[in-house]
Amino acid sequence: MMANTVEAKGQLTPDEQKRLTADMHRSLRRKKIRALLLVAPLLIFILVTFVSPIATMLFRSIDNPQVSEYMPNTTAALARWDADSNELPDEATYAALVTDLKVGRENHTIGKAATRLNYEKSQMRSLLTGTARKAGRLEPPFKEQLIKINDGWGDIDNWRVIKRESSPYTASYYIAAFDMETTPAGEIRMLPEQQRVYLQMLWRTVWMSLLITALTLLLGYPVSYLLASLPMGIANTLMILVLLPFWTSLLVRTSSWIAMLQGQGVINDILVWFGLVSDDNRLSMIYNATGTVITMTHILLPFMILPLYSVMKTIPPSYMRAARSLGATPFTAFVKVYLPQSVPGISAGAILVFILAIGYYITPALVGGQTGQFIGNMIAYHMQSSLNWGLAAALGVVLLALVLGIYALYSRLLGSNNQMSLR
Amino acid sequence: MALPSYAGPLETFWYYAFRVFCGMVFIFLISPLLIIIPLSFNVEPYFSFTEGMLALDPDAYSLRWYQEFFGSERWMNAIQNTFIVAVCSTILSMILGTLAALGLSRSELPFKGMIMGFLISPMIVPLIISAAGMFFFYSSMGISQSYLGLILAHTALGTPFVVITVTATLSGFDYNLVRAAASLGATPTYAFFKITVPLILTGVISGGLFALMTSVDEVVVAIFIAGAEQRTVPMQMWAGIREQISPTILAVATLLVCMSILLLSTVEYLRRRSETIRGITPH
Repeated sequence: MMANTVEAKGQLTPDEQKRLTADMHRSLRRKKIRALLLVAPLLIFILVTFVSPIATMLFRSIDNPQVSEYMPNTTAALARWDADSNELPDEATYAALVTDLKVGRENHTIGKAATRLNYEKSQMRSLLTGTARKAGRLEPPFKEQLIKINDGWGDIDNWRVIKRESSPYTASYYIAAFDMETTPAGEIRMLPEQQRVYLQMLWRTVWMSLLITALTLLLGYPVSYLLASLPMGIANTLMILVLLPFWTSLLVRTSSWIAMLQGQGVINDILVWFGLVSDDNRLSMIYNATGTVITMTHILLPFMILPLYSVMKTIPPSYMRAARSLGATPFTAFVKVYLPQSVPGISAGAILVFILAIGYYITPALVGGQTGQFIGNMIAYHMQSSLNWGLAAALGVVLLALVLGIYALYSRLLGSNNQMSLR
Repeated sequence: MALPSYAGPLETFWYYAFRVFCGMVFIFLISPLLIIIPLSFNVEPYFSFTEGMLALDPDAYSLRWYQEFFGSERWMNAIQNTFIVAVCSTILSMILGTLAALGLSRSELPFKGMIMGFLISPMIVPLIISAAGMFFFYSSMGISQSYLGLILAHTALGTPFVVITVTATLSGFDYNLVRAAASLGATPTYAFFKITVPLILTGVISGGLFALMTSVDEVVVAIFIAGAEQRTVPMQMWAGIREQISPTILAVATLLVCMSILLLSTVEYLRRRSETIRGITPH
């Protein structure tokens, strides 16, 4: 490379020019590789420990191996059957079913297929496991005997469900996540009003998150304004009151709100003491939606104040004074001059708080009771209690899509350089 | 922000109303943290103030819940687990995050936006989704219910903070200093440890403290992928709040508040130090 130093007076020959460009390219490529090598360890680490787990979970929301894997003969036989024919499958299919039930019972796998089918149609589990218990004693021909054991085997709709779910991929978890169902005829329709759960839950999560965002803005805006306009020394001292909750464990703040808000808690005691509330009529402020909103507003308030403060710090106070000197009332001066300049802080804070709120799980679980649960709690319920992992994954995808959509909007609004720095 | 001399009565009213409002917000922010401190010294097994406590009767206060905490094998075990996991994952986050930030701050890096997006994704994805994904994946790899799994998970969650703080520190970094060192004969390694590291150290440490706090406070992922043997302090608190609420939780909470005061002062000290180094002294 050093040999190519350009002589000040002489022109480069075409050959030298070519060599120089090649050298520069090589040097640039080397720098690129060096930068990539620095980033590579973390990038690989995140891809392996974080991105791929999430990708595999997302895959679970369409993955449907149970029926095709644990009832292979039935799956193959049903592929030849026309579900719209209004006729029961042939004897060969019944024979295949008996084989699958026998094998499934021996290997203890039939329960998995039965559970999967039960998500689609109740009583499918007992139909399969009940028949499997008797399948060992059966001799061909099977069709009549199976229908005698359980007349469910004479119901065309049951066969349609098995055929539909024998496909290795399914949209049924998403259909369930949007409170819809597939009719035996294959049509997708909304569930009856009283059975709808998830859309209502999603809607509640969104509007409670919006409410929490609005409350943090309402409380955070004046405080940030005060902090930005006070002299540095006092502002730094008051800032401790914002930063200390920010640095304190989420569980600590949640448990202290339990102590504050519960029936025999501090706030109720004070209200009773002042005579504002009678002793046997204490306010129920926790284990319901109110508890979730109050606690989460407190937990997320610093995430609103910090970005607001950092933007307001950059607005020169002389602008407001200039507006006043030109005859604006304090209100007009604020609305026309100060507020527009603080909009980047408002949007950064609001989107940060909203994104964090919408994915909350711990706080609603501890203080939310029945009415203060979020979609995250539903995901955890299906992960840990009902063990319907496909549905948990589908709900997770819906939540993730919502969060990423809002985040994309946010980075477009603010440019990719201002990403969520907490300070 | 003093009240201007030309203010009328209405403006004076708003001025004081505004200050009172802000004062109430500050009380809202800090009172939950302060209220648990006296409650943790309650002699009764309640979450509320007894009459004796309000009358400042010394017999109404005790160290009973602290004794219970320090005498409990479960809690001590939880502290040990939290410590192991937090320290290991913080060190890993600091190393990986700093290296990546050094790469990200170079203008030659291709696909910068996309890479940055991946690196900070653990911060954006809701924890419950991360926890669900890690639960399946780590079980299939056979590292769920192990220290290794929990450490890897917490490292992934902590690195974005290191990447962001170190990248921010590097944005004010003068690369001419490294060039000067090279021109004086320093090898790249020597220049890195003698010039770059001391200047970005404050960023690395405060990013590390964020990562430490993330690990110490993290409960969602821990519930899903840690076993009974790896039970951390937040997991123990979570179980305690859900099952039987005893003021032991408040004693732990008080100790954790003290810890956050300590962490906060360290981070603030570091921030001011780095501003001084960069020549932006607070005034």
